[in-house]
Amino acid sequence: MKLWWKSGAPWVWLNAGAVAVSMVMVVGLIGLIAVRGLSHFYPSEIVEFQVGDPELGLGQMVMGEHVRSQTIPVPVARDAGITVPPELDDDDLVTRHLIKQGNRDVTGNDFAWYAELQMSEWQTPPDAMRLERREWGDFYGYPVRVLEEGEVVAEGEGLWEALQSRVERANTLFRELRRIERRDVGVISAEMEELRLRERALQRDPDIAPEALQDQLDQIQARQDVLQENFQTLRGEIDILRRELYRDTLVATVVGGQEVQIRIGDIVRAVQPNSLSLSAKVTEYAQQFWAFVSGEPREANTAGGIFPAIFGTVTMVLLMSMIVSPFGVLAAIYLREYARQGPLLKLIRISVYNLAGVPSIVYGVFGLGFFIYTLGGSIDQLFYSDRLPSPTFGSPALIWASLTLALLTLPVVIVSTEEGLARIPSSVRHGSLALGATKSETLWKVVVPLATPAMMTGMILAIARAAGEVAPLMLVGVVKLAPTLPVDATFPFIHLDRQIMHLGFHIYDVGFQSPNVEAARPLVYATALVLVLLIIVLNLTAISIRNRLRERYRAASD
Amino acid sequence: MNDMSQRPAPGQGRSLLPRPEQRERLRRKRALKDNVSRYGIGAAGIGVVFALGMIFVYLFSEVMPLFKSAQIATEQTYAAPGLEQGEALEHLTIDRYDTLGATFTDTGRITFFELEGGSVRSSFEMPRPEDATQTTFATGFATSRAFAYGYDNGEISLGQVEYAITYPDNLRHIEPELTFPLGEEPLTLDEAGRAIQVLGLQASDRGTYAAAELDDGTLAVTSFDRRENIMTGEVTVEQTTAELPGFEGSARQILIDNRFRHLYVSDEAGYIHHYDIGNLDSPDYRGAVRVTDSGYVSKMAMLNGTVSIIAGTSDGQVRQYFPVRDDRNRHDLTHIRDFARYDASITHIEPEYTRRGFLVGDELGNLGIHHATASADVFDAPKTDGPLSRIAISPVNAMALFADENQQLQVASVSNPHPGISFSSLWRKVWYEGSSEPRYVWQSTAGGDEFEPKMSLMPLTLGTLKAAFYAMLFATPLALMGAIYTAYFMSPKLRGKVKPTIEVMEALPTVILGFLAGLWLAPFVENRLPAVFSILILMPIAMLAFAYLWSRLPERLRLRVPDGWEAVLLVPTIILVGWACVSASPYVEILFFDGSMRQWLTDNGFSYDQRNALVVGIAMGFAVIPTIFSIAEDAVFNVPKHLTQGSLALGATRWQTVVGVVLPTASIGMFSAVMMGFGRAVGETMIVLMATGNSPVMNFNIFEGMRTLSANIAVELTETAVGSSHFRILFLAALVLLAMTFLVNTLAEIIRQRLRKRYGNL
Repeated sequence: MKLWWKSGAPWVWLNAGAVAVSMVMVVGLIGLIAVRGLSHFYPSEIVEFQVGDPELGLGQMVMGEHVRSQTIPVPVARDAGITVPPELDDDDLVTRHLIKQGNRDVTGNDFAWYAELQMSEWQTPPDAMRLERREWGDFYGYPVRVLEEGEVVAEGEGLWEALQSRVERANTLFRELRRIERRDVGVISAEMEELRLRERALQRDPDIAPEALQDQLDQIQARQDVLQENFQTLRGEIDILRRELYRDTLVATVVGGQEVQIRIGDIVRAVQPNSLSLSAKVTEYAQQFWAFVSGEPREANTAGGIFPAIFGTVTMVLLMSMIVSPFGVLAAIYLREYARQGPLLKLIRISVYNLAGVPSIVYGVFGLGFFIYTLGGSIDQLFYSDRLPSPTFGSPALIWASLTLALLTLPVVIVSTEEGLARIPSSVRHGSLALGATKSETLWKVVVPLATPAMMTGMILAIARAAGEVAPLMLVGVVKLAPTLPVDATFPFIHLDRQIMHLGFHIYDVGFQSPNVEAARPLVYATALVLVLLIIVLNLTAISIRNRLRERYRAASD
Repeated sequence: MNDMSQRPAPGQGRSLLPRPEQRERLRRKRALKDNVSRYGIGAAGIGVVFALGMIFVYLFSEVMPLFKSAQIATEQTYAAPGLEQGEALEHLTIDRYDTLGATFTDTGRITFFELEGGSVRSSFEMPRPEDATQTTFATGFATSRAFAYGYDNGEISLGQVEYAITYPDNLRHIEPELTFPLGEEPLTLDEAGRAIQVLGLQASDRGTYAAAELDDGTLAVTSFDRRENIMTGEVTVEQTTAELPGFEGSARQILIDNRFRHLYVSDEAGYIHHYDIGNLDSPDYRGAVRVTDSGYVSKMAMLNGTVSIIAGTSDGQVRQYFPVRDDRNRHDLTHIRDFARYDASITHIEPEYTRRGFLVGDELGNLGIHHATASADVFDAPKTDGPLSRIAISPVNAMALFADENQQLQVASVSNPHPGISFSSLWRKVWYEGSSEPRYVWQSTAGGDEFEPKMSLMPLTLGTLKAAFYAMLFATPLALMGAIYTAYFMSPKLRGKVKPTIEVMEALPTVILGFLAGLWLAPFVENRLPAVFSILILMPIAMLAFAYLWSRLPERLRLRVPDGWEAVLLVPTIILVGWACVSASPYVEILFFDGSMRQWLTDNGFSYDQRNALVVGIAMGFAVIPTIFSIAEDAVFNVPKHLTQGSLALGATRWQTVVGVVLPTASIGMFSAVMMGFGRAVGETMIVLMATGNSPVMNFNIFEGMRTLSANIAVELTETAVGSSHFRILFLAALVLLAMTFLVNTLAEIIRQRLRKRYGNL
């Protein structure tokens, strides 16, 4: 033992332990996110049981999904308001379960803890159903009958099929309604706003002749009338659609037996998870996942999908890479190929490298102060003065978020590109120059193509960093809920002045600013999973490109 | 030129080479391209470097105005409007839009005039009782715009200045008016009709109080309660008078605070007497403080909020006092701080409307601008030859009026945007109003103009260091030990797997770590607190135990696992110990901590926040591990092989080689790795934002949260007014962060380059 100790082997093992602990933590963390994130979409069983006072016997019926369990000492349980029977000591443990019972409109709280001591056996009734609704969160209960304009159309046999087809119909109508509200009405109101601004500009113009002014104003008025008329037509269409949407009603009972009426237009999806076969569950899972990735958030981001956040992140990152790649690459080429090497350049190079380690929030502060207030403010003064005091570019926006992140990732691209350029053997350069090529020809036709993979690596790393960065974005352009996407069908199609949603900020917002943390929690895990996957894929690509690149140079320098 | 192509060989047809002029053109084109490329790239490169440098310059330019001192420039001088021969000026004011000024004479005339040029706009005579002479004058705090004249028959008349604003033809028009909130009739302070010698007045939305010293030395305070009948609109004034216990000597000036709890009287002997008038049925004399030994309090004034009083003495001292609560919940007037001394007697003190700043004038015409919280003093050149008799400052602090003995008025523009910020207010303990001792506090905003901003960067800096400290405490041992093992002991195949994993770990968005820390780890740690500490203790013990057992295993079995796979062997042990500790945690709590460790900690005097430094330390440590690991691993891995092989050949064990050869060589590199990690921990935002309660505390308690510089910026920057002091301080915080991380990183980078050179020489 003493000898073993003296040989230093224990230290080696402790060091090995440090690596192992780190690895366990990384894998555990990603595993945790994956398990929590992926299980969100699984149609878990709906359980039903009775709880009550141990002395009074069983009472209240509870129905819902089991979220998680906890084992706590008796004193803690007492503090939490659980009636612990007196025969239990302070040394005993109590298990309690968190049940998602939904029905926020009926019971008030959709999540509740129930202690195991006061619980009957758990049942899984086959016809228990879960309704995903546009408002009030999920509903748990039993379907009773479907009404169409107050008349019973389905009850008992065939009820479920009737419900499903009507939910489908309502969803189609809802999408149609959304399309009209978003696109058609959006186009009209955009033009109306345009006309209003033109009118204001005309009236302020001191040089215009009165007749010309009147003429122009008349034209504007005429156009406004046309638009108004179109708008009325659309309003009519919307009204009809809305009436159609809310034609059907589902009558359901909640767990206590109380009957509730739910408009089928409010239902997004109806599932009876207890009676689903395995393959049906898999289908359901896939559909849920797709709905999450492609849907829009509902209810203060605590339900629905994250499509706008994904779209916002991707748009912003693409825009950023369009800005950062030419500048980063050119700067790296300048530093490596053209600038005079010396102490000054060394200093500049170290500074640029170190900017990669500067806290991202500092870039956010710079972006807010310089881009938004200074640059954006001046743009508004110069080009959008008729819209002032409401800012166009003088407020957080997509373009400023992209620019700030471009600045933030510039060092990453420069470092990576320079590394690539430095790896290219000088024999290659000399060969090209010896054949009579100019410096620029050598550069663009020989050196840069060889260094492309390095640049790609830099770009991908920059994108991965940008996609995960949140702190600066909170200052320069990301919001919890953007009413419109940054790219749409109205001119100029890419709206640089709009605010965007972002996956990372979505996590922060839903997890920490949300009114209903319990309901939001699985969504946060799922969003985190999407973000982690995105970033891991980007990073692994970068790593593999870099590795392949090393092989290539090894061959080239032989 | 001997150009072959000019003479094509006969019989061979045309040369395949382009013709000379074509070649010349081509050559020019290529040269042009070369130049375009050179200058284009040069411009882009320099532009990028410049843009990055701009960050420094811009942040600096936003911060600079904070440290610019106040400036006052006299623009016009004219005779005080509305004053006739033999009349004295009692008071001066400026309106909110810096267009009108007002003079109050000792004969009860109030004259409004244009600041520009001094032409009289309108003039009012204060209604006064018949056969009475004006004896004294008093004003409430500037924001109340209330004033009162006292007469020799025991009556006062009380008025208020109002500015009615209308917009005829879209232009602002300000019409000054005189209103009488308690009625136009003079109010009787003393039924016996004794003359009022000294008057004190205060008005706020809570009521109006007047206090007077009568000609026989009696001190009395009267509250006026205005009641308006909602139905009839009739106004009745209810009056309560209390006589205050007297003191030796006679009063010079009386001040009342706007919550009507404290009353201060300065006397001829250099004392300020303090009365508690919170209950008018039994007013209480709370004692006196001596302001000066050699003179008297020539002038005193209350600062915004009417908590602090500034006393100027006849020998040129300017001192600040406010009531401080003692253990028995009673207030005592306490000396807080002194401002720079004047050469002559203080003639006037004028507080600013919305800040804790004030202007002071003295007998010799010197003018000073001071700020209480910042304890800042700025002197300007003497404004007048004789005494500076009256000063007025505009409600937005942009204009000032000065009057001298000869009733000449100077109109001056004032530029003093950030008086509340000084080195001492940012970095030293400050005695804020309402606190019992000087403290470091960050509390930048609260409702109301009367709030005293508390902008000490100390709690934020300490919070930043606290978060970084706990993160480093967690990360450094793991990362460095891991690096040594990975670089020196681990089998290359395994290393090829471990390194990319760590790189992926580095790329994990911190928002994800933050949300896991806040939503998963924090409640987990709270419920399983003993597990955290038992893991900390048991994990190394378990590893060693496993290692020892492994060494006892028969050789045949041991040799099955190649060298450098120890880490993998340990994984089951780690998982097992972790699981055991977590599941044993409730039993440990029951056995040792009466069922709840958290409760136990609270009972033993450790306050416990759910989102605390422990959680941040783990989460941020997780973020920092890869940074330290990869640089340290590089440093160890690049130690020249001949050194280690030499050591091994001389008979040293592997570990002896590490301790004796590898670590001394690589230690500098490892140090630079730790510094890089520290740089990252200092600037990290999202993790601290999400995993702490963000309360700015001044301690290192691991079970409490903190607020860091970076999280503070993220929380407050979007909510503050552009260009305000608060806004600029947040920029200062960003600049501090930038400078700090930049320095640390540069140092680390230089060390690394040195190291590389050293390895090259070995």
